[in-house]
Amino acid sequence: MRLELRIWRQPRRDADGDFATYHVDASPDMSFLEMLDVLNETLTEAGDDPVAFEHDCREGICGSCSLMINGRAHGPEPGTATCQLHMRKFRDGDVIRIEPWRSAAFPVLKDLVVDRSDFDKIIQAGGYISINTGSAPDANLIPVPKRSADLAMDAAECIGCGACVAQCPNGAAQLFTAAKVSHLALLPQGQAERDQRVLRMVAEMERAFGSCTNYGECEVVCPKGISIEFIARMNRDYLKASLRAGSGRPKGSG
Amino acid sequence: MAVSGIALFGFVLTHMLGNLKLYQGAEKLNAYAEWLREMGSPALPHSGALWLLRAGLIVAVVVHIVCAYQLTRINQKARPVGYKRRATIQATYASRTLRWGGVIILLFVLYHLGHLTFGQLHPDFVAGDVYNNVVVGFSVWWVSALYMVANLALGLHLYHGVWSLFQTLGVAAPRGGDWRRGIAAAFAFVVTVGNLSFPIAVLTGLVG
Amino acid sequence: MHLDAKIPDGPIQEKWDRHRFEMRLVNPANKRRFEVLVIGSGLAGGAAAASLAELGYHVKCFCYQDSARRAHSIAAQGGINAAKNYQNDGDSVWRLFYDTVKGGDYRSREANVYRLAQVSVNIIDQCVAQGVPFAREYGGLLANRSFGGAQVSRTFYARGQTGQQLLLGTYQALSRQIATGQVEMFPRTEMLDVVVSDGRARGIITRDMVTGEIRPWSADAVVLATGGYSNVFFLSTNAKGCNATAIWRAHRRGALFANPCYTQIHPTCIPQHGDYQSKLTLMSESLRNDGRIWVPKDPSESRAATAIPADERDYYLERRYPAFGNLVPRDIASRAAKAVCDEGLGVGHGGRGVYLDFADAIERLGKPAIASKYGNLFEKYERITGENPYEVPMRIYPAPHYTMGGLWVDYNLMTTVEGLYATGEANFSDHGANRLGASALMQGLADGYFVLPYTIGDFLSRHMGEEPLPTDSEPFRAVTAEVDERLQRLLSINGKRTVDSLHRELGQICWEHCGMSRNAGGLRSAIDSIRELRDEYWTNLKVIGSGDELNQSLEKAGRVADYFELAELMCYDALLREESAGTHFREEHRTGEGEALRNDEEFAYVAAWQSTQPGKEPILHREDLDFPNVPLTQRSYK
Repeated sequence: MRLELRIWRQPRRDADGDFATYHVDASPDMSFLEMLDVLNETLTEAGDDPVAFEHDCREGICGSCSLMINGRAHGPEPGTATCQLHMRKFRDGDVIRIEPWRSAAFPVLKDLVVDRSDFDKIIQAGGYISINTGSAPDANLIPVPKRSADLAMDAAECIGCGACVAQCPNGAAQLFTAAKVSHLALLPQGQAERDQRVLRMVAEMERAFGSCTNYGECEVVCPKGISIEFIARMNRDYLKASLRAGSGRPKGSG
Repeated sequence: MAVSGIALFGFVLTHMLGNLKLYQGAEKLNAYAEWLREMGSPALPHSGALWLLRAGLIVAVVVHIVCAYQLTRINQKARPVGYKRRATIQATYASRTLRWGGVIILLFVLYHLGHLTFGQLHPDFVAGDVYNNVVVGFSVWWVSALYMVANLALGLHLYHGVWSLFQTLGVAAPRGGDWRRGIAAAFAFVVTVGNLSFPIAVLTGLVG
Repeated sequence: MHLDAKIPDGPIQEKWDRHRFEMRLVNPANKRRFEVLVIGSGLAGGAAAASLAELGYHVKCFCYQDSARRAHSIAAQGGINAAKNYQNDGDSVWRLFYDTVKGGDYRSREANVYRLAQVSVNIIDQCVAQGVPFAREYGGLLANRSFGGAQVSRTFYARGQTGQQLLLGTYQALSRQIATGQVEMFPRTEMLDVVVSDGRARGIITRDMVTGEIRPWSADAVVLATGGYSNVFFLSTNAKGCNATAIWRAHRRGALFANPCYTQIHPTCIPQHGDYQSKLTLMSESLRNDGRIWVPKDPSESRAATAIPADERDYYLERRYPAFGNLVPRDIASRAAKAVCDEGLGVGHGGRGVYLDFADAIERLGKPAIASKYGNLFEKYERITGENPYEVPMRIYPAPHYTMGGLWVDYNLMTTVEGLYATGEANFSDHGANRLGASALMQGLADGYFVLPYTIGDFLSRHMGEEPLPTDSEPFRAVTAEVDERLQRLLSINGKRTVDSLHRELGQICWEHCGMSRNAGGLRSAIDSIRELRDEYWTNLKVIGSGDELNQSLEKAGRVADYFELAELMCYDALLREESAGTHFREEHRTGEGEALRNDEEFAYVAAWQSTQPGKEPILHREDLDFPNVPLTQRSYK
């Protein structure tokens, strides 16, 4: 199959960029990234700068890959990261537009590679349980209802790829933040820091990202299918925590 | 947005319900309007309670608009460089038209105040004779059309607004069985149908 | 050089306790005077960085990914072993120790393995306290499953994403320390060399992968937690970025490299489907619990799998290993698949695949039961291949997956370079010649959380008051210049071939001659071919762009250059080891029935190699292994 690619090229962070058009022959069995590999081999052999794009595990779990394909984060296949998208989902002669994630918080570093370190900062603001190595009690001391554990796992599946932010018309990071807030809030281990965690993480999120107006676009492009139900959970936690903080008695403050 | 929204939901619902008195005839409707003005007397002066409610409403509207403006600015700044192409996948028409819908509703409300509340924009306004003002006002076809268009916009705004309210205040529902959508749709439907019925009733001669 | 593993005296059960008591401590006020560099942010690196920071050390942590959360530990699916005996099925520290030594085909160090089994229980406690959402029973307690042929259920898991959840636990602990300022994190930063002076590691040289800046870092100790080298085969289940540069540069600066020929080939991966293929995808081993593996009996078979009648199929594992059938250990399953494909019986692209058939299981248990067990794996398979495994058999083939070899370390996880540590897959220590399923995560976390934080303190306590070497000193300047020169050289070759095309060719040589089965002639020819291709690499490589920008080709070029050297050492090691042990199968050394034949008399040792110039033979050092606690036996799965 022969495809026309229109790819965003930008040499470095503060440089101007533009779309460049390439033609590539692909096989339906290729993954999308392998198709880009083929393009890059051709470009390199011709002495042109290959297209920089982020990728690593190529099995849909590391969250590195990050392409806006025809206006859709990770492309047309639901529940699938770009690295697991295969060319059989496209047709001979298709024109494919490939753009980087667009967000003020995710500046383009080169071509299709963006800086997502603001996600790390949200986790650093409180997305953890404070426990030093060695101070844990026996693992079976605290039973966790299976339902809570399963729901926590649903949230914890987030791979931090940034598709939610990329697709959101507002560039909001609620789904990412809510996934971690909910994961920890659903477990007994996460209760001690529950209030301060959600307050701090939301504050950090609001510093860097847009704000949710409930479009719901994030959950459909999430490769792990994380539901916006978790955003509602986070909002509830946030309201409660704010009220308790306002009354001077945040949970976990003793 | 959500808290001011709740006040405004309450207003649009009671406004619609109150206006249903149109179907009971001039006497009842005008009496209702008068009752609104007399509420709280004699403890409060004439129209005192009404103005208190109006003040609350104005605060809610201002808060709603200021928040919407700020949110819009934040979200514009969150994506300074846009996409050449961004698909819409499951975002509803209502959610995508929320901002412009809000602007349309605001402009309509200003017109509506001048038309049926204070009368400056009304061709034949008689203070206190609400029934007559409505019937005369809606007899002009394009005025009715304007009302109907604005109320459809209001319906969409309410649909997304009510659903968002649940989400923002943390009332969760599982994917697939989202009862919140049903409530939002029902609320928007009731208010919109009620409001649309008034100009239709006048134009079809049902009321008049 | 005398290799002293520094194994503590006393009965094996008491060694670690005794050692912990005998090791010197650094008092809390002094800890903050020490700085430790941790390279890699996976389970081993992230856990070490977080734990050291919690103790009060200053830590700088580096990773090549854009975030510490993306280290390749994240891709482990199956689970993590621990001798908790929550299932009351007879597990114990001793049994986990015994299984691991036996599973490693008696080529690991008993004392290390025993310690691993001991601390395994602490790992689960720690992870649960961090909020890792392990699978649970309805009563709310932790669930276990059996894995990798173990007779007890000791594997803890979080759906098929155990590695991800454990890594995120580590990443969160690390994030907490980054927030306090105790850890400085440097993502998108690649270590390109280690600075060794007077036999001691003094720091490292890194390249900022966005700006290209080459920077020296000085510290009191350096920890390499950079994973394995399966990507030497080009096609493997490792992430594309996984590389051996850190451990290889350390090796070139004096750290011995142990058992490089022990590379694990995982039996159940999706086969290669084209020449453009960039990586192989693992399908969980659990599939073998219900799937039956077969090939057509007739090499000229051209019918669709479902159209081949039962009596024209060869269920070769069930036939050759009636006792274990489709559940034989990884190395045996992998070799058997290769053998039938070599006979021309393979299916799919290039005849490199065998069927893994669920038709019988679906008939016996019903489709819903199979879907509930393997639904997500079936979906994944269909996403990649476009075939529906409920209707046609899966096709699978072995793929490089994990490397047991790595930098030689003593009981304290220190390499032969003083102050230079290696943890997790980067070292050689715990898995011998074959790693059991669900043990990689265990080792990474054991090293990072519970071993290194103690042992590094003992080392640092002996260097109290010494100042780290300034980064403008001669040793740092010399290594920085070498790094610069090397990068410039790669950029200036300006030949005709891309990094990937040469890497792919290197991988084919290694896979063909130093993969699932090896022989002396093949290994010798591989060494020659590797040298030849390496010469071409340094004369005909084409890398576009410059060094002072984000340049993914340049990153790859440096890594592959190191793989060329490592590949040669791997072949030397395989050539030397005139026996078959675990994953290392020498065709000359097998039983009459074609099974692996160990030679304990001559080869019960760790082969630790000292670097010479590339193209010259490396120098062998031996660490003899003895097994006072687990009697040596020949493995049998008949």
